Amino acid sequence: MDARDDIYEYSLDTHHSEEQGKKMRKKFMGVLALLSVVTIVEVGMGMMWSRDESMAAILKYTFIILTLVKAGYITMIFMHLGDEKKSFQWTVLAPYFVLIGYLIFICLVEAVYTGEMRPGIENYFGF
Amino acid sequence: MSGHVSQTAAPSHSDHSASPWGGGTSPYKVSYGKMMMWFFLISDAFTFSGLLTAYGFMRHKYEDIWPTAGDVFTHFPFYDGHIELAYVAFMTFVLIASSVTMVLAVEAGHRMKKKSVQFWMVLTIIGGAIFVGSQAWEWYHFIHGTEHGAYLLEDGVTVMRHKIDPHTHVIEEGTFLVPVNRDGALTEGSGFREVTGNEAAAMKATATHIHGANLKHNEYGIPLFADFFFFITGFHGFHVFSGVVINFIIFLMVVEGKFEKTGHYEMVEKSGLYWHFVDLVWVFVFTFFYLL
Repeated sequence: MDARDDIYEYSLDTHHSEEQGKKMRKKFMGVLALLSVVTIVEVGMGMMWSRDESMAAILKYTFIILTLVKAGYITMIFMHLGDEKKSFQWTVLAPYFVLIGYLIFICLVEAVYTGEMRPGIENYFGF
Repeated sequence: MSGHVSQTAAPSHSDHSASPWGGGTSPYKVSYGKMMMWFFLISDAFTFSGLLTAYGFMRHKYEDIWPTAGDVFTHFPFYDGHIELAYVAFMTFVLIASSVTMVLAVEAGHRMKKKSVQFWMVLTIIGGAIFVGSQAWEWYHFIHGTEHGAYLLEDGVTVMRHKIDPHTHVIEEGTFLVPVNRDGALTEGSGFREVTGNEAAAMKATATHIHGANLKHNEYGIPLFADFFFFITGFHGFHVFSGVVINFIIFLMVVEGKFEKTGHYEMVEKSGLYWHFVDLVWVFVFTFFYLL
């Protein structure tokens, strides 16, 4: 197959030197350590406080924030979205945040309402 | 084609950034394949978000009677006691570790180190296989249930469970838990009430003794918990399985030396994106299904 020389092949950009490679591997190991520590902390917190009613709200929001931190590291470092152009980052993330933010908002509000209006447990498929 | 291009002085690789409107360049500076993988992953992210949001909806609706994952997933291989969420934490670690080996394969590809790419991809495939196997193991225990089981009342949905001490994990003999507002009225109370003695015996008389969970009934409480568990972890497990298959195919292509010929390992990068996405989804499933 002849390579077309009128179109720039962006896949050819996917090279780096030994030097850069070393730096990147160090970064990946740092992220691995961070993700493992966060997971261990989460499980530990769950074991200690999951039955403690007074801790429920704190636990819930701590878990959600820690999850978003983990997700951020996975997308930005492992999927190296952080190395892409700003415009591409926004193209990927903006539609997601707008639509899912809306979906989560509307569903949780409705869920609390339907929970209050719940006629009985036997009607568990009903809305 | 090449003749035409040479006559019109094709832009060389060095001046491709001259004007974004001249054509022949990508404004995002990513290749077509990689961009399409990202767009596929966005759509897949919407699917998983939809599932998890639906789960959140039902969970908030039945907040007072929703089972605690810590009470359900208590098994660990070769250990005969009660240990909460340890196995799923192990599974999470395996998946994160396999994500790291994948990113190391991609990095080795950038340096055109074929041997190194092969090595890290094999580790990634093994990690994925361990994860899928662990999930099968967990499904087996969830479907199998406990020895003491629970009682499915005559309405076919409500489950009367044994009361278990949350600290010692010992069953309180003869004491059961039933959801409060199963009778249809908007009751003031919510959650569970304790049933003992004659009342319990009467309820037991018309009930069916069940063990474990399936799509119809669930020993640990509301059937929706099991439905969502099977669907979400099943859908994710299917993604992991296809990820292992895709990685294996790409691995064979690496061994063949296909990417040495092409001059770049971008295909490893693309399958890597998919693999990291599977890890990303698991991070959310782990939090919303097991931790909260």
